[in-house]
Amino acid sequence: MVWAILSLLVENKPGILFKVTHLFRSKNFNIDSISVGVTQNPEFSKITITTIGDEKQIAQIVKQLDKMIDTIEVKQLDEKKTVYRELVIFRIKLSKASDSMEISNIANAFGAKIHDARKDSIMLELTATPDQINNLQELLKPYEILDIARTGVAALQRAGD
Amino acid sequence: MQTMSGAKALIKALEKQGVKEIFGLPGGANLPMYDELFKSNIRHILVRHEQSAAHMADGFGRVSRRAGVCFATSGPGATNIVTGLATAQADSAPMVAITGQVPLSMIGRDAFQESDIIGIANPIVKYSYQPTTAAEIPEVVKKGFYIAETGRPGAVLIDIPKDVQQNDAEIPFPDEVKIRGYHPWSDPDVVAIEKAISLLLSSTRPVILAGGGVIISSAFAELQSIAELLMIPVVSTFKGKGAFPENHPLSLGPIGMHGHAEANKIMSEADCVLAIGTRFSDRSVGRFDEFERNLKIIHLDVDPAEIGKNQSASVAVVGDVKASLRIFLRLLAQKALKKSEQNVWLQHVTEVKDYWRANLKLHPGELTAAKILRKLREVMPAESIVTTEVGQHQMWASLFYDVIHPGTFFSSTGLGTMGWGFPAAIGAKAARPDLPVVDIAGDGSFNMTENSLATAVLENLPVIVFLVNNYTLGMVAQWQRTFYDRRMIGVDQKHCPDYVKLAESYGAQGIRVGSLDELGHAIKAGLKSDVATVIDIPIDPEEDVLPFVAPGTSLKDMILPS
Ligand SMILES: Cc1ncc(C[n+]2csc(CCOP(=O)(O)OP(=O)(O)O)c2C)c(N)n1
Repeated sequence: MVWAILSLLVENKPGILFKVTHLFRSKNFNIDSISVGVTQNPEFSKITITTIGDEKQIAQIVKQLDKMIDTIEVKQLDEKKTVYRELVIFRIKLSKASDSMEISNIANAFGAKIHDARKDSIMLELTATPDQINNLQELLKPYEILDIARTGVAALQRAGD
Repeated sequence: MQTMSGAKALIKALEKQGVKEIFGLPGGANLPMYDELFKSNIRHILVRHEQSAAHMADGFGRVSRRAGVCFATSGPGATNIVTGLATAQADSAPMVAITGQVPLSMIGRDAFQESDIIGIANPIVKYSYQPTTAAEIPEVVKKGFYIAETGRPGAVLIDIPKDVQQNDAEIPFPDEVKIRGYHPWSDPDVVAIEKAISLLLSSTRPVILAGGGVIISSAFAELQSIAELLMIPVVSTFKGKGAFPENHPLSLGPIGMHGHAEANKIMSEADCVLAIGTRFSDRSVGRFDEFERNLKIIHLDVDPAEIGKNQSASVAVVGDVKASLRIFLRLLAQKALKKSEQNVWLQHVTEVKDYWRANLKLHPGELTAAKILRKLREVMPAESIVTTEVGQHQMWASLFYDVIHPGTFFSSTGLGTMGWGFPAAIGAKAARPDLPVVDIAGDGSFNMTENSLATAVLENLPVIVFLVNNYTLGMVAQWQRTFYDRRMIGVDQKHCPDYVKLAESYGAQGIRVGSLDELGHAIKAGLKSDVATVIDIPIDPEEDVLPFVAPGTSLKDMILPS
């Protein structure tokens, strides 16, 4: 099984995201994460999808996406040649007096920002790779995670690669 | 640019597209377009159920290779065509369906007769679009036809809100359309074709597997030249039945679940298969893993996503199969080929074929499937068009009705839609009024869309319904006999309706036959008739289709007649 980052350039028209996600459903593939946004050209949107599958399955889903009439370009990005990031926001419960300090230390170690610090809870924001986010989440587990929001991966291939 | 309503723009755009007939049924949400249709020279063919409109458009499209067009109103009209869209798409048939929709301002409010047909149909069409301004309509229509007819053809749905049909606008009619994300063809890779040729020539037990793609791209002559030049036996998928003349000495007929014994035998002995325009459906190859074993596959297809989807290929050539086969032939001609007519493999193939054809055990009795279908073949002119329904009769047609003129046999092979064949035959007749058209039907299937008799009679589209009547949902009954220890449930159709009276009540001709002679006369009467003819042919309800490859098993393990 491999983890793949797919980058799709699509027509910026209503209903396209539905068609893309539906393709995954109808072919019985899973979407790990998805992010969408308009590009520098308002006629196009970029959709970044991460998915897990064997190589044959990934090759097939790339072909099926490519075949879609509203997709202009479909690329499987090489992880090593790509900048890929995800944004996460956690709300953590503060139960003991020491929690706040400990969580700040963890946040600092990850380069996460602190928001909305209150007496009984605190918010952390991090932009990082999904792995780093998972690591942070692991470390936060001993404290109670009250809420979490992840954006899905956005990715761009490095110039020259 | 002219100012006109969206509905008028639609009809004008269809006229510019060369549309001459539309199959449909009106309602509130598509009345503006019907009113414009009234003023145009396009022929409207009224159906009694929208499912049949879609199947007629599908049949028209498969025969003419131009998209057939159907109209339906919003809500229930639109949902009634869903089976037709899925059927056409599953068999890569070109079709454009145009539905009315509630006005834009009502969408999303659960308005009367509102359904999100775009959302419902998305996974079963090649493309769907809902224009939101009248000015867009001609461009959408042009794109729709282009998408439906090119590359791997398919079904396109255009859903037009009622106010968009009614609104006046300055309407441009583009001569050309650009679709950035759609590239229906790529040029076949010559190097890959060279590799394919060497692989094929180095094999000792080669077979050509012809799929529906050969029929879609009309690559009949190219296929036949290659087969004859290299003296390679030809099997087909069921969808590819009739891609190669079935009375040709190199022809073995369809492989698969209900394939010919000799075709399945030879297929499972082959060491190299030249697969042309096929998606390797499970019905054709049985178990994928078994099929691949010891077999080099050369796969030619217009759709790149088919390469490696079900079956991995040793060599793949993406491109229109006719274009690919032409290059194939050109490169072959440059090679000095040794005459291979007398090779061991071909001798073996002929022996296997002769053995199975001679030893085919048939059901005893006068009106048996084999006899009646061979009679049909004998009496019908060679170039006749055949459609089928779905069930045992369909598989008997596969086994006992030889297609002589390539590309004259059509069936719902992808979705397997009962009720497809009769309306599709009517659509085929509309496309080719000069040719005899016959629907090989089962009683259960015919029962599903028999109300299309009204259309056939009133619209003067005389087709023959060759009703292989076992008074049962025969194929299901056969599975219950074979796999469920004869626990028969939900299959008995008794003697209801009386199909002769039914035909007569619509003003069609109904003939029941009791012998092969009578059958011959009835077919001739059908050929001469200027109304549709239903020939009711009672057969033994217990007759099975054999050979049979049970689901999930491989071709070599087929069940043979005992
Ligand atoms: C719309 C639809 N419903 C159900 C089926 C499942 N099915 C496949 S074959 C068959 C029986 C067909 O009966 P009939 O048309 O009488 O043909 P026969 O097998 O008797 O020749 C059924 C119910 C189907 N293919 N299509």
